[in-house]
Amino acid sequence: MNPLYYPDNQGFYGDFGGAFIPEMLYPNIHELQENYLSILESKEFVEQYSKLLTDYVGRPTPLYLAKNLSERYHTNVWLKREDLAHTGSHKINNTVGQVLLAKKLGKNRIIAETGAGQHGVATATVCALMNMECIVFMGETDMKRQAPNVARMKMLGAEVQPATSGSKTLKDATNEAIRYWINHPNDTHYIIGSVVGPHPYPDLVARLQSIISKEITVQLLGLTGRSSPDAVIACVGGGSNAAGAFFHFLKTPDVLLIGAEAAGEGVNTGRTAASLHQGSRGIIHGSMTMLMQDKNGQITEPHSISAGLDYPGIGPLHAQLFVTGKAKYYPITDNEALKAAFLLSRLEGIIPALESAHALAVLDHIHFDPGQHVVINLSGRGDKDLSTFLQNLDNYASVR
Amino acid sequence: MHPLDKLFKTKEKEILSIYFTAGYPTRESTARILELLGRHGADLIEVGLPFSDPLADGPVIQHSSQVALSQGITISEIFDQMKSANVHKPLVLMGYLNPVLQYGFEDFLFDAAAAGACALILPDLPAEVFVANYKSLYEKYNIYPVFLISPQTSDERIHMLDSLSRGFLYAVSSSSTTGKAERFGESQKLWFDRLKALKLKNPVLAGFGIHNHNTLRFVFDHLPGAVVGSAFIKNLDPEQNDYGIPGFMKQLLNT
Ligand SMILES: Cc1ncc(COP(=O)(O)O)c(C=O)c1O
Repeated sequence: MNPLYYPDNQGFYGDFGGAFIPEMLYPNIHELQENYLSILESKEFVEQYSKLLTDYVGRPTPLYLAKNLSERYHTNVWLKREDLAHTGSHKINNTVGQVLLAKKLGKNRIIAETGAGQHGVATATVCALMNMECIVFMGETDMKRQAPNVARMKMLGAEVQPATSGSKTLKDATNEAIRYWINHPNDTHYIIGSVVGPHPYPDLVARLQSIISKEITVQLLGLTGRSSPDAVIACVGGGSNAAGAFFHFLKTPDVLLIGAEAAGEGVNTGRTAASLHQGSRGIIHGSMTMLMQDKNGQITEPHSISAGLDYPGIGPLHAQLFVTGKAKYYPITDNEALKAAFLLSRLEGIIPALESAHALAVLDHIHFDPGQHVVINLSGRGDKDLSTFLQNLDNYASVR
Repeated sequence: MHPLDKLFKTKEKEILSIYFTAGYPTRESTARILELLGRHGADLIEVGLPFSDPLADGPVIQHSSQVALSQGITISEIFDQMKSANVHKPLVLMGYLNPVLQYGFEDFLFDAAAAGACALILPDLPAEVFVANYKSLYEKYNIYPVFLISPQTSDERIHMLDSLSRGFLYAVSSSSTTGKAERFGESQKLWFDRLKALKLKNPVLAGFGIHNHNTLRFVFDHLPGAVVGSAFIKNLDPEQNDYGIPGFMKQLLNT
């Protein structure tokens, strides 16, 4: 097995990963560890999963040559349109797979955490489709700034539980989901929304998201005659859309893999979510990874304008890609992301999610040549962020 | 002789352990709480090291941890407070792995032993990682490792965790986070009877949800001992010089 994209049997990518969980969660996590690969690789699962991705999610999502953006940056910019997947982001690739998995494990209730609300909506959607009870934990701060997604979850019949501890964002919602799981171990499956958490979640979610890079290889070949681009760029909260976009290129040495993490107001301002640039090794949500903490090992409160990136940790796969230099990570500020969101809206008629806008902003940091092909994973659409965009409309009125 | 071995040699039943979060209700309260507990019926004391993200804890311990941290408490300061306390009961440290890792695992064990701690409970330290990386360090500093088991834990795994634990084994009373005050009934009885039948090497102390005399009595009727945490913390009264501890202990033990 290639240690780069698959963890070892204890869930470690090099030094990162593992399952640092209290004993109360052991039976659930162990059950998943023992069963996820055989279920994911079973003929029945593969058929059901790919049929749903095609008929229900609307895959493959287009790989679109953004001509105006390409002209602006003097290179070929391709957008992988995850924003066009059902529910408006890549998150549904994971939830379709995990609800199927939960069914096969005999569970009848699904819980999930959500930051931007995209994972919550994607979970609520598939639960509605497959008749599962659904509870989504969401930080109070995020419920306010991503209100449209709260409404969508309710419309879909899910229960939304506010997380009121800490900074009332994604980390706190994840804590609450884990605590709920400890209290309801038998009938409940926890769908983590990113490549974070204890083993096997990082691997499970990466595999389910790897459909993104699989499609890119096929689409790019058809469109350009080559199956790998020069660079792939994706934003990194926990890192699931990036893991999915990188996956099939991890073994291709000449593809530049670039993650954009949220710098917030700036890496050194104390108001940041740049877990790789500001963080150090430690344990968060059951995983050894890079995270933001003080010298006493207390996890610090992150800040990002983007709820989906407002997390003090990062998936262990990315921590490993970072320390080995196999992927490069750029910190992108709130303002750079806003500017990139306005630019894409005005140049291409596509309003990106604030998360995805971080990936777009990398184009201002790296020079690509006119002959090169750069794929940006447009992880989601920006409807949920309209109120934030409108608050900043005056500052970016002249962007085009 | 190790303080826990001594305790379990002299007392085989109705062993009461009290858990509290160090640095709560005030930053300086740890030493005084230890002394009061020592005088009012605790047989051993679990000193909780506050963590920003206590995954296995319910609202009461989340709150006490948050308050303690916002008041600036650190592990080194807790060690100093333990040293200054005039208490002669076994002191067990309970916390989460990340702060211990940042302190440095070996430094932590060294300083913990110097502060008078004799055992350590880290709920998120997996047994496999303990064996591979830390077991010999615990032995070097004579700090006993104590592992948690839950009603969901298989018999085979209970035996494994029992063999790794020294001093005692910590059984959570039901599948829950800390502080869920339920009435104890048939499911706890089945769980405790199952533990008895397993003939474990260590005495078993049950914790989580024991909140009054009745629930304490229930555990004492089935197992050697019990741990009271959230209920104790909830009743700490910062307005009183003795934090209301003697009164709480009297009610709890019904003496
Ligand atoms: C559109 C979108 N992109 C990206 C993310 C970040 O998550 P990840 O890093 O797991 O892809 C989110 C999370 O909410 C999101 O909604």
